[in-house]
Amino acid sequence: MKKNLINFIVTLIIAVILSQFLPWWHVMAAGFISAVFFSLNRAAVFYIPFLAIFIYWTIYAFWLSQANDFILAKKIAVLLPLGGSWFVLLLVTGCIGGIAAGVAALLGKQCRNLVKR
Amino acid sequence: MKYFKSLLTLALTLAVFIGLNGKFGSTPPMGKFLSPNQGFWQNEQDENLSSTVQIDGLEDEVTVHYDEHLIPHVFAQNNADLYRAQGFLTAKHRLWQLEFQTFAAGGRLAEIFGEQALDYDRQERRRGMDFGAENALQKMKEDPETLSYIEAYRDGVNSYINQLKPKDYPVEYKLLDYAPEPWSIKKTALLLMYMTKMLAGRESDLEQTNALAKFGKERYDLLYPDFYDVNDPVIPKKTDWSFIDIEMPEAPENESSIDSISLTETIDKPHAQNGSNNWAVSGEKSYSGHPILANDPHLGLNLPAIWFVMQLATPEHNSYGATLPGALGIISGYNNHISWGETNATRDVIDWYKIEFKDDTRKEYKHDGQWKKTTQRIEEIKIRNKETLYDTIIYTHHGPVTYDHNFKGDNAKSGYAMQWVGHIGGNNQRTFLKLNEGKNYDDYLDALKSYTAPAQNFVFASTEGDIALWIQGKFPNKWEGQGKFLLDGSNPKHDWQSFIPQEFNAHTKNPERGFVSSANQHPVDASYPFYVYNDGYETYRNRVINDFFRAKDQFDIQDFKNLQNNNYNLKASELLPYIFDNMETSTLTNDETEILNTIKTWDFYSEIDQLAPSIWETWWTKLYKTVWDEFDADTMALEIPYTYQTIYMLKNHPKDELMDILSTPEKETAKDLFLITFKETAKELTEWRAEHGNYNWGAYKATFVGHLLQALPAFSRFDLHIGGDYNTVNAAAKNHGPSWRMIVEMTSPPTGYGIYPGGQSGNPGSKYYDNFIDRWAVGEYMDLLFMQSEKDTEQIIASQTLTPKQ
Repeated sequence: MKKNLINFIVTLIIAVILSQFLPWWHVMAAGFISAVFFSLNRAAVFYIPFLAIFIYWTIYAFWLSQANDFILAKKIAVLLPLGGSWFVLLLVTGCIGGIAAGVAALLGKQCRNLVKR
Repeated sequence: MKYFKSLLTLALTLAVFIGLNGKFGSTPPMGKFLSPNQGFWQNEQDENLSSTVQIDGLEDEVTVHYDEHLIPHVFAQNNADLYRAQGFLTAKHRLWQLEFQTFAAGGRLAEIFGEQALDYDRQERRRGMDFGAENALQKMKEDPETLSYIEAYRDGVNSYINQLKPKDYPVEYKLLDYAPEPWSIKKTALLLMYMTKMLAGRESDLEQTNALAKFGKERYDLLYPDFYDVNDPVIPKKTDWSFIDIEMPEAPENESSIDSISLTETIDKPHAQNGSNNWAVSGEKSYSGHPILANDPHLGLNLPAIWFVMQLATPEHNSYGATLPGALGIISGYNNHISWGETNATRDVIDWYKIEFKDDTRKEYKHDGQWKKTTQRIEEIKIRNKETLYDTIIYTHHGPVTYDHNFKGDNAKSGYAMQWVGHIGGNNQRTFLKLNEGKNYDDYLDALKSYTAPAQNFVFASTEGDIALWIQGKFPNKWEGQGKFLLDGSNPKHDWQSFIPQEFNAHTKNPERGFVSSANQHPVDASYPFYVYNDGYETYRNRVINDFFRAKDQFDIQDFKNLQNNNYNLKASELLPYIFDNMETSTLTNDETEILNTIKTWDFYSEIDQLAPSIWETWWTKLYKTVWDEFDADTMALEIPYTYQTIYMLKNHPKDELMDILSTPEKETAKDLFLITFKETAKELTEWRAEHGNYNWGAYKATFVGHLLQALPAFSRFDLHIGGDYNTVNAAAKNHGPSWRMIVEMTSPPTGYGIYPGGQSGNPGSKYYDNFIDRWAVGEYMDLLFMQSEKDTEQIIASQTLTPKQ
């Protein structure tokens, strides 16, 4: 459990730092790095970074959007199309970021295993 | 096995990266697009207004005050700074549109959309858009003053672009996954070409040639007359033209008969509903003794709106009004001394020449009994994710051979060349720069002199009390009939011989009737010595407007507002009573009779809560199509006769053979068509009601303002509550209409009112993106804040200082 928490926090911190310099795939880099150094087991390899990034992106996006009454988010939710719901769009945003981070973490875990051997 | 698993994860990771980083079809790159630090979430904000910005190249500080509508009031110390600031601010609020319109103008959309836009791009290149822009730029460069200002504008735009990070790009860039490129002075020329195409790019020479071949001269003249039996021209009838004393070109003798054209399709034409109204009343006809001027250009209703409103001031001049992103100065507006506005002066400024090449190499073409050399222009058309296409276009002295065996034609040894005033080039930017600085009628005239295209009816009023209207553009001086049909490219007598000298362009100053007006109708009556024929003139709005001003002695601002929002349907009023008198009604069902009674009691005002305008629109559309069903059956490129003449035929030649419906064994007359189309109308409207509810005009017409990307629903506004149709003074059609309504009373300083269907911000995430639309639809105006001093900041919500870079 402790390992999970560490990985979660590390992923989050790395992602926030990297987001200052890197485009959207900072979340993949964060997932990868934390998996290499703070390895998890089984499903947790994927879902811990997934959760970390899901929370990061949804909170960040919510914070940006609520200040503007979700004007654009509602329109993008028509465009994608998600029935015009900014909330669903927020969930989709979190999932996309989370999946990217989780998949990169799987690769990180594999690399760690190869190096160890 | 372990390695296999590693490789599999690597592949999966790469797949996720590529899948989220790239654009697939119309789906944006989801990772990039949804990422809160880079994607659209960053556009979820209003503009940042209160700050100091350093701009390269400024000489002095520029102050920008924003009022509550986000209209920038710009105070600069000199013109170069002013236009640099205009470029910067236009980019700040409208960057994507600013650039996109010039891509569309120059035929570069395939760079953004890929192969699906290739046909469009080739067509625009073959129309000579890029060629014309280069020629226009050349003319602008010859005037050092214009050149220095368009360079300042360019630098202003680029100062804005250069300080952007990808996360700051307008949302459309993120959606389509591309980035802005630097602005260039050629793009100002391209924007002006875009307007020239929109407003002076409509012609139907090839279609008319086919119609003449199909019907023969006598029938043709009946269906497509040069003048209708009514005409209330822009320049009043009985104007004295005796000052025009030059020799007119003579039509060549023994014209050989013209064949029909072998093309089955022609290049896209600009929207038929592009048009406008403007008018001005003299001091005597004004309630206050000051002239009042009005303008409302009717263009496509788009978001971001085509207009961006600004105030542009230096210590020497101070002007206010609508700007076009990409062009400098105010296009339709006023300053402390004069006001001006434009409507389109439709004239035939495009002609087509049949070209005969010597052989397949197309290096020579026949002209004046000799073989003359062609030139080649190789158009480089970049295509997203594909190899660049090089399209070789042959040029003759007439212009580009648009149609040849590589494009819509089939004969390697012949083609059709286009001659267009738009290709000649002209410093049309200067006109607007000078109008912005103008102080009186002479300045207005001087500003207009150099203006070539698109020809406009420039309305004018001054605080000195003058009103005027010049039909200004560069017009070829044609012999009777020249260019109405396809011309012979080998015959030098078919060449454009000369242009109408500018001082002989039709105009009127302080006419006795006390008002000037234009609404895209015939510019003149038949007494004007130069050849002008009906090139698709509007025949309804102008008569309503002129009757309005003849009806009373004095007019006030409310009269002007009422007229701009007037929905009187003169067209319907000229046909429906005739139909009611002549249509056989004995076979109508009860439901049909009810619908007929509804339209019979109509007062001919196309208001949103009425059913009758919907009945009329549906009925007329069907009737118009049915009268000319002969045209559907034909594979030749043809254009059906205009509305006014169709109604004329229905009323005056009801038994003409054209009334017959080809697909039925009976021989129909106009009377039969009324009934047949009425029954179809009743059926259609009943079905519509079952599906959508009541068909009152507002809901049935469903006017919308569509985003420039093919009316992307998320960024567009639908079902607007606005009455009228294309032929009413309030020319609000489904997706077309008054794009900027302005009224100016020439007090000192002038008092202005205005509104447009859009908002100042180009960002769909801004509350200023579409905030004028509902007010525009119901006919409200903003009281325009024409600041006389930059220190008078009472109604200002934010101020920004642009400072020279240290």
